[in-house]
Amino acid sequence: MEPVISLRAAVSLLGRFPGLAGVDLDVHRGELVALHGPNGAGKTTLLRLCAGLAPLSSGTATVVGFDLADGGRRARREVRRRVGLLGHGAGLYDDLGVDDNIAFWARAARVPDADAVVRARRGVGLPDRVAGVSVARLSAGQRRRTALACVLVRRPELWLLDEPHAGLDAEGRDLLDRLLHQAVDAGATVVVASHEHDRTSSLGARVVTLVGGAVVGEG
Amino acid sequence: MLADAWLIAAKDLRLEWRSRVTLAQIAPFAVLVLVLFGFALDPDRGLLAAATPGLYWVAVLFASVLAVQRAFAVESTESSRDILLLSGVVPSGVFLGKALAISVQLLALEVLLLGGVAVFYGATLRGWLLLAVTVLSATAGIAAAGSLYGVLATGLRVRDTLVPLLMLPVLAPVLLGATRAFEAALEDTPADGWPWAGLLVLFALAYLGAGVAAYGSLLEET
Repeated sequence: MEPVISLRAAVSLLGRFPGLAGVDLDVHRGELVALHGPNGAGKTTLLRLCAGLAPLSSGTATVVGFDLADGGRRARREVRRRVGLLGHGAGLYDDLGVDDNIAFWARAARVPDADAVVRARRGVGLPDRVAGVSVARLSAGQRRRTALACVLVRRPELWLLDEPHAGLDAEGRDLLDRLLHQAVDAGATVVVASHEHDRTSSLGARVVTLVGGAVVGEG
Repeated sequence: MLADAWLIAAKDLRLEWRSRVTLAQIAPFAVLVLVLFGFALDPDRGLLAAATPGLYWVAVLFASVLAVQRAFAVESTESSRDILLLSGVVPSGVFLGKALAISVQLLALEVLLLGGVAVFYGATLRGWLLLAVTVLSATAGIAAAGSLYGVLATGLRVRDTLVPLLMLPVLAPVLLGATRAFEAALEDTPADGWPWAGLLVLFALAYLGAGVAAYGSLLEET
């Protein structure tokens, strides 16, 4: 079966700095993969490349069936429609309410289910009383949960999560782990960049270690 | 494309409704500009009456710069730009949605300022059809050009000073055409104003077309 992510000698230059310096990686459908590595190893750049946000400077990259090297802007747009990226920044509109933010993503993805917004919010453990609260007034953990709900509501086939446990309390971390397993069980593919080796090991993820923008180990 | 445009416009208008920036800051600023012009020219009421159309549109242009800056300030961080790219909304939809939301806010401001010139400058509003066509076409042109240049400056630290530098020279034809059309309407000689209204329609169509065609590249590269 064709991998969901297939990178060969993938280089991503951020200005003159090589965010990725020749990565080879295959991730198959339904896999849960954890990216480990020190700061500056290229974990975030790899996730952003797979989301069609970071440039592919050389090499090849096929993500959810679209060739990012030759497909140009159209391929990147198709990839973006199919992935859910939880980045370092919350990716939320601060002056909108929690449900407004989730609804924006749901409508953009043409999610037909009218209850999807409420279900996604409750699914990440946010109670009804915060539904109309501006995101700017939420705690860091609640913002993280809102951003996760924005990913969840789209039901992406590829989840790309950058330090998703950061800012979450113990209950939120356990909830996130359950959501990731549910996504994998439903056929989605999940790639998590994390410093927390113990956490991702307990997830049963395949670990890929990055150093200096290249894969140095798998296991 | 139109569904995406409506999604972006609804989001921007909801952001404005919740933050009240146009209502609480831009509208008072525009009225203040009118009042200050009134103070500056008050000794000569004849001059003020003659200058009313130009002063009205200068106030609109200043307010439009602020409205455009606000519309793109909410998209200025990297994670905000990621939202627009990752949401799957087509770039032309983003452009039209941004332009529509700015237009709605500007139209509300322009109605307020029409009341302002009637009250502060003693202007008698006539030629309503020409006034309406002028307001609608000039607003569409300002919003389209503003959306195009606003996205160029998104993400730059000099965004706040760059937007007026980019926008105001480009909007000179709108200032000229809208002022002449308003003069004709207020002087009850609408036939003199329609060619200028036609210019405004052409300007709006040109920038709407340019935005729909170019927004994909601009959104990717900024």
